[in-house]
Amino acid sequence: MPLLEVKNLRVEFPTRRGTLVAVDDVSFHIDEGEVLGVVGESGAGKSITGVSIIRLIEPPGRIAGGQVILNGRRIDNIPLEEMRHVRGKEIGAIFQDPLTTLNPLYTIGHQLVETMQTHLGIGDKEARARAIRWLEDVGIPGAAQRIDAYPHQFSGGMRQRVVIALALCAEPRLVIADEPTTALDVSIQAQVIALLKRLCREHGTAIMLVTHDMGVIAETADRVAVMYAGRIAEIGPVREVVKHARHPYTDGLMGSIPSLSHKVERLTQIEGSMPRLTDIPRGCAFNPRCPKVFDRCRTERPDLMKTDGPNLAACWLHAAPGRDEALGHAA
Amino acid sequence: MPPDATATVRTKALVEVEDLARDFDVSKPWLFRVLQGDRKRILKAVAGVSFDIPKGTTLSLVGESGCGKTTVARLVVGLYPPSRGRIRFDGLDMASLTSRAVAAPVRRRIQMIFQDPYASLNPRWRVRDIIAEPIRAFGLIRDRAAIEARVGELLSQVKLSPKDGEKYPHEFSGGQRQRISIARALSSTPEFLVCDEPTSALDVSVQAQILNLMKDLQRELGLTYLFISHNLAVVRHMSDRIGVMYLGRIVELAPGETLFARPRHPYTRMLLDAIPDLEMTGRARTPVGGEVPSPIDPPPGCAFHPRCPLANARCKAEVPSLRTVADVQVACHAVEEGRT
Repeated sequence: MPLLEVKNLRVEFPTRRGTLVAVDDVSFHIDEGEVLGVVGESGAGKSITGVSIIRLIEPPGRIAGGQVILNGRRIDNIPLEEMRHVRGKEIGAIFQDPLTTLNPLYTIGHQLVETMQTHLGIGDKEARARAIRWLEDVGIPGAAQRIDAYPHQFSGGMRQRVVIALALCAEPRLVIADEPTTALDVSIQAQVIALLKRLCREHGTAIMLVTHDMGVIAETADRVAVMYAGRIAEIGPVREVVKHARHPYTDGLMGSIPSLSHKVERLTQIEGSMPRLTDIPRGCAFNPRCPKVFDRCRTERPDLMKTDGPNLAACWLHAAPGRDEALGHAA
Repeated sequence: MPPDATATVRTKALVEVEDLARDFDVSKPWLFRVLQGDRKRILKAVAGVSFDIPKGTTLSLVGESGCGKTTVARLVVGLYPPSRGRIRFDGLDMASLTSRAVAAPVRRRIQMIFQDPYASLNPRWRVRDIIAEPIRAFGLIRDRAAIEARVGELLSQVKLSPKDGEKYPHEFSGGQRQRISIARALSSTPEFLVCDEPTSALDVSVQAQILNLMKDLQRELGLTYLFISHNLAVVRHMSDRIGVMYLGRIVELAPGETLFARPRHPYTRMLLDAIPDLEMTGRARTPVGGEVPSPIDPPPGCAFHPRCPLANARCKAEVPSLRTVADVQVACHAVEEGRT
């Protein structure tokens, strides 16, 4: 049984001019201890998918359909009070901006102790000792003294380390990390990614890593889901997706990223830009930009289907006779 | 740098920057200083930077936040006056351009593209007026119909429709806005473009469009670029030569291929090692500890020494200067002494 299963998730934003569908029929799973990367450009719905799972989506946005199953239990329909215990205890969260995650009015020690006492029911002394151990573990120098410091006394990289400690201290089975390194400089980014990988491996924690940075995903994730206009375009083992993309969007996306290891004269260019949620094209959402578009793409929407490799791709190019079956649920 | 080594380059360089520095006073107000006995605090954003850019080529400056790369860009276009040093454009000392009458013909030949396409276009102006502003400001074309024709031509040059001139900036996406910024920069037919993180605010697929466009324009119009970015992969794609900056100084300046094939300065090596890349799935690496120190109170000697694995007593005391080794300039005692 997978640790987390998302089935046909649909997230809507009602507006005056009609309902926008930010996440449309998205299904995937995450196994115990696995790192699933979720990539896409802005507006692809990757962050919304992440926050919907822990039900932190801001109104008027709402989950309009589908199921989120954690350890065999549905968590998309439980009361919010119960959901608060799932958050932190079973699913930890790391967001892009560490300053908005940490409460500026409390010391970081207070915040760590509170989290552990709420979820683990341990005593004051034990909680404080563990908090210091966590701070040492995430590489805060002088943890025993720094525990009584306030968030503003830390640098950006150090704050993100505290946030990682905070997300992991109640020992959740899954961490949702939404752009955890985007606000950091490259040298600090490398430190934070290495830290997150090490801690999750040691504790057997699974990660859903949401980012727009393919480099981070390539280095960190086991599998990757590529999102486009609110849907998963392709999902599969990270090496396959990077090297042998089966969906024309993924292929173009990989080609458009300048590489450090070799120089090309021209980058692959995907013409146009991602459609706004107000006017997602009929059929495959990518069809107006797709270099391989044909008639069926313009009328019929593809679901994830088998390809000639281990990836699943939502693309009619792979609808060969005999494997025409859509595999939306099998993802 | 010995003067004879650069003499041959000098003759062909469009832009020459020599020992450029810029300080900012970040002291508390006078009264607070007097009451609390604080001293003035000076932030040395740029502390002596020299480089040349030959005509038709791209020089990139790369570094982490706070290294002074944006300040260099602003100094070069004249948005800040330098605290020290000299900028020469096509042989002309920029400091000698004191009156508007002598400055305008030179300024026309230098333009800038900014990072944030949402903040750098006036939301109340139509796109055609935004693009025509430099034409009007420099009085390049007087005839209204001719200006309109020129704006249409510029819009097509950046792959937008001439009809888009009627619209307002909010009707465009980030990538399209950056195209408008480029069209505006090109409208005064400049030779030199300073691009400050032009694609940092854009998604990767849009970034590819803009980078391709900039390379095409460089080839067609023979433009010279000073390209500022924190993204080494983008810099590698765009540049002929690359300068790596750390705390207000250039620590290594080398041809792009050389820099990536054989980085010499320990900081360059650390940066290259730190960046996640598509090719490096599952790679184990050794991230360097430490963070960039504050430029208000930089470490003595080589500013990188607290993070440097090769640092010794000399590095803590003496500021290294840029030395030429083959086609590379590098400011490092360890490299100079062969301690690597």
